[in-house]
Amino acid sequence: MSTLGKVVRAGVGRRRVQTVVTGLAAMMAVTASVLGGSLLVASAAPFDHAFAGQHGAHLTAQFDAGRTTTAQLSATAHVAGVAAASGPFPTATISAHSGAGTALPPGVDLPPMTVVGRAGPGGPVDDVTLTAGRWVTGPGEIVSAGIPLGSTLRVLGLPGSPTLTVVGVARSVSSTADGWVTPSEITALTAPGAPRRYQMLYRFAAAGTTAQIAADRAAISAAVPAGALTGAQSWLNVKLGTDRNTALFIPFLIAFGVLGVVMSVLIVGNVVAGAVGVSTRRIGILKAIGFTPAQVVRAYMGQALVPAAVGTVIGVVAGNALAIPVLSTTNQLYGTNTSGVAPQVDVAVIAGALGLTAVTAWAAALRAGRLRTVDALAVGRTPRPGRGQRAARLAARLPLPRPVSLGLAHPFARPARTAAMVAAIVFGATAATFAIGVGASLAQVQAAKNHDNADVIVPTFAPQSGHGRVARNRGPRTPTSADPAAITAAVNAQTGTRAYYGTAETEVSVAGVTGSTTVFAFTGNASWAGYRMISGSWFHGPGQAVVPTTFLTATGTRVGDTVTLEDYGKAVPVRIVGEVFDPHTQTMEVLTDAGTLAAAEPNLHPDTYSIAVKPGTEVRGYIHKLDTALRPLGVSAQSDQFQGNSDVILALDALTAILTLMLVATAGLGVLNAVVLDTRERVHDLGVHKALGMTPRQAVTMVIASVVVIGLTGGATGVPVGAALQATIVPAMGHSAGINMPASVIDVYHPTELVLLGLGGLLIAVLGALLPAGWAARTRTATALRTE
Amino acid sequence: MTTPLIELRDVSRRYDDDPPALAEVSLTVAPGEAVAVLGPSGSGKSTLLNLLAGLDRPSAGTVTVAGVRVDELGEAASARYRRASIGMVFQFFNLLDDLTVVDNVVLPAQLAGLARGEARRRAAELLEALGIDRHAHAYPGRLSGGERQRVAVARALMNRPALLLADEPTGALDTASGEDVKDLLGDLHADGQTIVLVTHDVALAQSCATRTIQLVDGRIAADSHVGADR
Repeated sequence: MSTLGKVVRAGVGRRRVQTVVTGLAAMMAVTASVLGGSLLVASAAPFDHAFAGQHGAHLTAQFDAGRTTTAQLSATAHVAGVAAASGPFPTATISAHSGAGTALPPGVDLPPMTVVGRAGPGGPVDDVTLTAGRWVTGPGEIVSAGIPLGSTLRVLGLPGSPTLTVVGVARSVSSTADGWVTPSEITALTAPGAPRRYQMLYRFAAAGTTAQIAADRAAISAAVPAGALTGAQSWLNVKLGTDRNTALFIPFLIAFGVLGVVMSVLIVGNVVAGAVGVSTRRIGILKAIGFTPAQVVRAYMGQALVPAAVGTVIGVVAGNALAIPVLSTTNQLYGTNTSGVAPQVDVAVIAGALGLTAVTAWAAALRAGRLRTVDALAVGRTPRPGRGQRAARLAARLPLPRPVSLGLAHPFARPARTAAMVAAIVFGATAATFAIGVGASLAQVQAAKNHDNADVIVPTFAPQSGHGRVARNRGPRTPTSADPAAITAAVNAQTGTRAYYGTAETEVSVAGVTGSTTVFAFTGNASWAGYRMISGSWFHGPGQAVVPTTFLTATGTRVGDTVTLEDYGKAVPVRIVGEVFDPHTQTMEVLTDAGTLAAAEPNLHPDTYSIAVKPGTEVRGYIHKLDTALRPLGVSAQSDQFQGNSDVILALDALTAILTLMLVATAGLGVLNAVVLDTRERVHDLGVHKALGMTPRQAVTMVIASVVVIGLTGGATGVPVGAALQATIVPAMGHSAGINMPASVIDVYHPTELVLLGLGGLLIAVLGALLPAGWAARTRTATALRTE
Repeated sequence: MTTPLIELRDVSRRYDDDPPALAEVSLTVAPGEAVAVLGPSGSGKSTLLNLLAGLDRPSAGTVTVAGVRVDELGEAASARYRRASIGMVFQFFNLLDDLTVVDNVVLPAQLAGLARGEARRRAAELLEALGIDRHAHAYPGRLSGGERQRVAVARALMNRPALLLADEPTGALDTASGEDVKDLLGDLHADGQTIVLVTHDVALAQSCATRTIQLVDGRIAADSHVGADR
């Protein structure tokens, strides 16, 4: 082994703690960077990438099997402009009850599902990704787009009500189906007398605009008998809907990705610079025995690169392993199918980590190598004389136990290292504050989305839409013949009723706006329903309405304006009195008093009643009694509290927790490294203190006290930065999705919470200092005194 | 018969497989004695001092100082023992460069929890008595070697220790400063302070100590009273 190699090896072996910390810092930084980089890559046009990856269907067309043949449909693959086609696949629409394993109690009506018969997930178009389980192989099996693996469904309206078991979960970026079964199973799932249908999936040479898709659709329609094409879904509509959803999360994930990468750079730079900087005296010795400055630089680059390379390798492995659940979450959020870390992320992170280590070590070693040998030997490992003396003097005057005041003065002796520690804690506190804030904002979004302040609901319709939950307030209804007056009388008569309102839904058109607008007409006071207001107020009577941002944007109106609704040929002027936050909304909607439409639509009756019970009322008992009273009317009472959080919010919460933990741990590691350096440098002073009677506990106190000011400063800086980041990112998330966020979603921090988060900076600092503090306590006095 | 301040019984200290640094040393020192421990490098002088200060533990035997079984103390207890009973003066002073002279001196009292005002008064007395009160607010780096050693002595005396341990106190000083410190130690002994002094300097031993102990290869080769030799 060369002399240089021996020096590197000795340096790595002798400073074990430093070597381990450098390796750990590199590992954590690389892991965080792999995750951060993956988030950035995954957040770049996620739909487009996923759509291209699956050879998504530009047009999902449905045909009436009674008006065309499979041969004719197959021939449409050769229509001018068609680049690729899959199908024909037999399809059926089924209605089912939830069984075991679904998120709902057994027996709850599920929304109608479009089921497609496909022998396999692959194909030239819509190459469906199986995310769990396997593809269907026989009868009684279904691959679902959203229902958990292993769940069962009882299909209604078919002889014997057959049961389907979910054997796989798959994702179609083109949203071509809610589930897939074997082609032969479709016959069994088609109700007697129901029309038979086929699905064809197309990719076109030109499909970038609505007009191009319309032309493509017309060409397909012309190639089959008239009336055979019964419906079609454009990929542009799917993209619009998906982009609106994903847009909500992209700024959030990008912010986390950037935080991870920047923090990694900071920590690795800090650790390596510190490790080299602390060796100035050793560098002086090397030079004294004949090492050239270039050899010194090479030796210290090697010493930094050895643990950094090991840490990088472990970090890449850990990052790739951790990326699996993280990317699974982004897949869920974005509807994408990213299977692993993009190779370019791994390459960039490895090159970046090692490059950063090499450059930092080079710069620090070059500086030390250029010192005159005599100066390097004299400077040694102690802080420059004079630095921190004033702080030490002032601290000595503080009415505090001496170990505390001694520790408080330490940071001032090494301002650069202290600044790096503060920066690490600022990042950690920023990340934690940001994550907690965004988590709270998302909880508010979820609450607003559910607007489920009611304890009990009484549906008066057959639910027909909405995934995985009892549908209400959405989609066309089949009203029962229940008498609204009888229902309200029963609710009024029920002991424990605090308040209730009814919701009716109808479609109207808005003057000057193409397409229909959904009106939710409320009977009674619905202001407690849980809708959050962005501006203005809830409506106070007929003729007033609140609308979501999407409506205001589409109609070019503002709160205070009046719009005219066209309902059954009658013009109904409505004054917009408030902008409501409804993240569920992807369409035009108006929320108003039922009296607004009374003249135009006198038979519009509530299809759901939402009830709040009095405090102290036992909800189950209330439901049972009300249900008994309502049964004769043909309706039933249900709990409104089993919806819980959406899978997306839960996944995002989990992701937030992982990323926050990682960033906080990296911050703690930055502190650990700096305190290790500091404690090592002060080991002789520590020996003096102990020789003068400092107990191990006092030694721990002194080391911990040395990071108190740093922790508090970092926390006090990081918390407002994190809160500001949250206040910037959350509205950006809303704007990306085309919605404004109400103050209740943005202003989520309680003052006490902010104080605790600020103290979190102190906690990071103390946790980072615990290990070296313990080491300081255990250091033998005689050994420390001998250390130069 | 006076109870000895220091009592070592069959004390040995061995590091790994090396020959013992101290081998079956037995020794008593009465209060008020000034003992100089002499010997070549590696003879066990510093090991003996470390054992008396509770900085190290014997491999065998017992060490009792001021009625305390030092060899049985844990880390925290030995720190408290040093605060209460021991003052240490080192060859290279071991002053803390970022603290002023007075802050260095009051440190042992502050670690012991003495009230700040009382500690400062005691420090002022000591600095005045040692003739360095004008440097009270200076930093050690600005003082001469002799002045620094005086500060170290003041710090060692801060808690009124029963035993003052001095490890080559003139070893890093020029001749004039060495003489200065020699006189200081003599004065302290004259005032009744028990001192154990480790040194190569026979002249220092003879001028400051009433008794000299010669260590060779970890064993007491000679133990004599200075007056008896003269």
